[in-house]
Amino acid sequence: MFKLLKYALYDIVKSRFALLYTLFMVLVAISIYQVSEDMSKVSLSLLNIMLMIIPLISAIFATTHFFNNLEFTELMLAQPVKRRDVFLSQILAVIFVLSMAILIGFGAPMLLWGADASVLILLAIGIGLSVIFAGLAFLASVLTRDKAKAIGISLSFWIYFSLVYDGFVLYLIYSLADYPLEKPTLALVFLNPVDLGRIIMLMQLDISALMGYTGAFFQDFFGSAKGILLSSAVMFIWMILPVTAAMRVFKRKDF
Amino acid sequence: MKTLNLLFVTFFILSMASLEAATIRVKNGQSIQKAINQAADGDTLIIEKGTFAENEITIRKPLTIIGESYPVIDGKEKGNVFLVAAENVHIRGLKIINTGMSNMDDSAGIKFFDSKNCSVEDNILEETYFGLHFSNSSKLTIKNNKLSSHAEREYQTGNGIHLWKCRDSFIEGNTVSGHRDGIYLEFVTNTVSIGNMIEANKRYGLHFMFSHDNSYIQNTFKKNGAGVAVMYTRNVLMKENIFEENEGASSYGILLKDITDSEIVGNIFRKNTIGIYMEGCSRSTFKSNSFTQNGWAIKLMASCDQNTFEENNFIANTFDISTNGTVVLNTLQHNYWDKYEGYDLDKNRTGDIPYRPISLFSVIVEKIPAAMILWRSFLVTLLDRMEKVLPSITPENMIDNSPKMRPYDIRTTNT
Repeated sequence: MFKLLKYALYDIVKSRFALLYTLFMVLVAISIYQVSEDMSKVSLSLLNIMLMIIPLISAIFATTHFFNNLEFTELMLAQPVKRRDVFLSQILAVIFVLSMAILIGFGAPMLLWGADASVLILLAIGIGLSVIFAGLAFLASVLTRDKAKAIGISLSFWIYFSLVYDGFVLYLIYSLADYPLEKPTLALVFLNPVDLGRIIMLMQLDISALMGYTGAFFQDFFGSAKGILLSSAVMFIWMILPVTAAMRVFKRKDF
Repeated sequence: MKTLNLLFVTFFILSMASLEAATIRVKNGQSIQKAINQAADGDTLIIEKGTFAENEITIRKPLTIIGESYPVIDGKEKGNVFLVAAENVHIRGLKIINTGMSNMDDSAGIKFFDSKNCSVEDNILEETYFGLHFSNSSKLTIKNNKLSSHAEREYQTGNGIHLWKCRDSFIEGNTVSGHRDGIYLEFVTNTVSIGNMIEANKRYGLHFMFSHDNSYIQNTFKKNGAGVAVMYTRNVLMKENIFEENEGASSYGILLKDITDSEIVGNIFRKNTIGIYMEGCSRSTFKSNSFTQNGWAIKLMASCDQNTFEENNFIANTFDISTNGTVVLNTLQHNYWDKYEGYDLDKNRTGDIPYRPISLFSVIVEKIPAAMILWRSFLVTLLDRMEKVLPSITPENMIDNSPKMRPYDIRTTNT
């Protein structure tokens, strides 16, 4: 298992993608730190970048990685190793590289210019989103044989969670405006990891106190121990679910 | 020679008067009420250090009452402590504590009726229901008093400085905390409030109605339950005040209802849920104010007209302006907006393209507050961008045609 993981990691590092991604993150973080003084503004700008970029890169990178290593994977499957180990080594390597890119890319400037609790939560959410979208991308990859098709599915996951879903929520809120909507919207947030990450982060910043009644309602929920526990549990489920689903398909897949 | 004579005579009369006015010392254990009863008009009572358990101390003649190192007058939670109905009463240096807690008689630390030319200075009031309560009086000086109360709920306490049907008064340098309203004025005219610190009151920091021709200068209103609410008044001057940290669903830096012909100049609005909420306001000027880190800098209802907003700074607010209709009868000009993305080709420090301070999302949130959950999502950013390019839903006339490229340097001595 560890040997497999080691080779998978070597492979990624060799492709230089990891280096470029990390460099990109560092540049983004540095430029944001340079532009604004206020810590909460920095977190907000980083959040904006993160919610857009991280799912996209994670999804595309994970899919391409899966197909680039397909031959190696097939070779390994012919060896007396467990299918579970082959699959896990591949996805863990991807997750590891993506997480390191965020940790180094966003973390190094933070060490330089200072951080607070909200920025640490931002890092955790970034890693969470990487895991989720890497999982979804692997799921898309094992479901098809074609690389282009898999990338298409991964991208549609990304579009769905960062755009279509919110449009659907907005439409729902608009058409049911006469009803008390605080609790249903809360439930809807849990069904989308990108929204969940965004709300958890926003509630960390003190601006949420300024958002009127709805803001106060969400602050109340996400500020309480129950809310923190529930939201991190749901985030965790989102991280586990695609990976296990992909693994189930992978185990039975006929290559 | 004639004038010299006149001067001499006046001086003589004055010194006669001061000769007549005796100074009476009230020692610990003696009764203040008795001393007041025995005193002649214009006498000075010096109350020595100690604790006096008295209430309903009634003053019906001109007197000066001075406390030496803050003698404590303890009302023992029964009724008012001082009741004044006279001219030229001056009260200074007392510590008044524990009035009754009743709405029946509006128990107060010091209560003035039908008085004139009176002053209340350098007193400390603690655990009073109403602090200083004035009705039907004029020419009052209320200066450097410290009022505090510790009620848990709004109905358990009265107003700090309460004026009803008063005029020509002066309220300066007082500190009020923990009361219902910090300063409450009703039917009060020609009154000036300067440099008061109004903090953590249960309802409003400043609350006035039907109080024309007043000015409020360099006061600080901080963390009050619902901020500041002022209504049904014309000709108000608010200058260099600070309104900050009034957070909550119905909390305002300042709520203006039916305020007309007024000037709001050089104020700082910081970290309020809503900086200014306006309803039914006309012909007022908002100039050189600074709005920073508010949820909504201004909520301008469609019932407002002919107001001018100029040379204000809008920095780091979630929403700059929101409104509830499509009709806009107000003017926005020469403001600085940090969200402005235009350019300045001719380098005259005014942006070449107009700025629309209302975003599509703020219109949506105004209609459906629950939509706030989508704030800062990719979708909302996208929609806002599209609306900026092709305005369709946001009011067309809410527009600043001359946005500034750099923020104004708004300085105040009030910190």
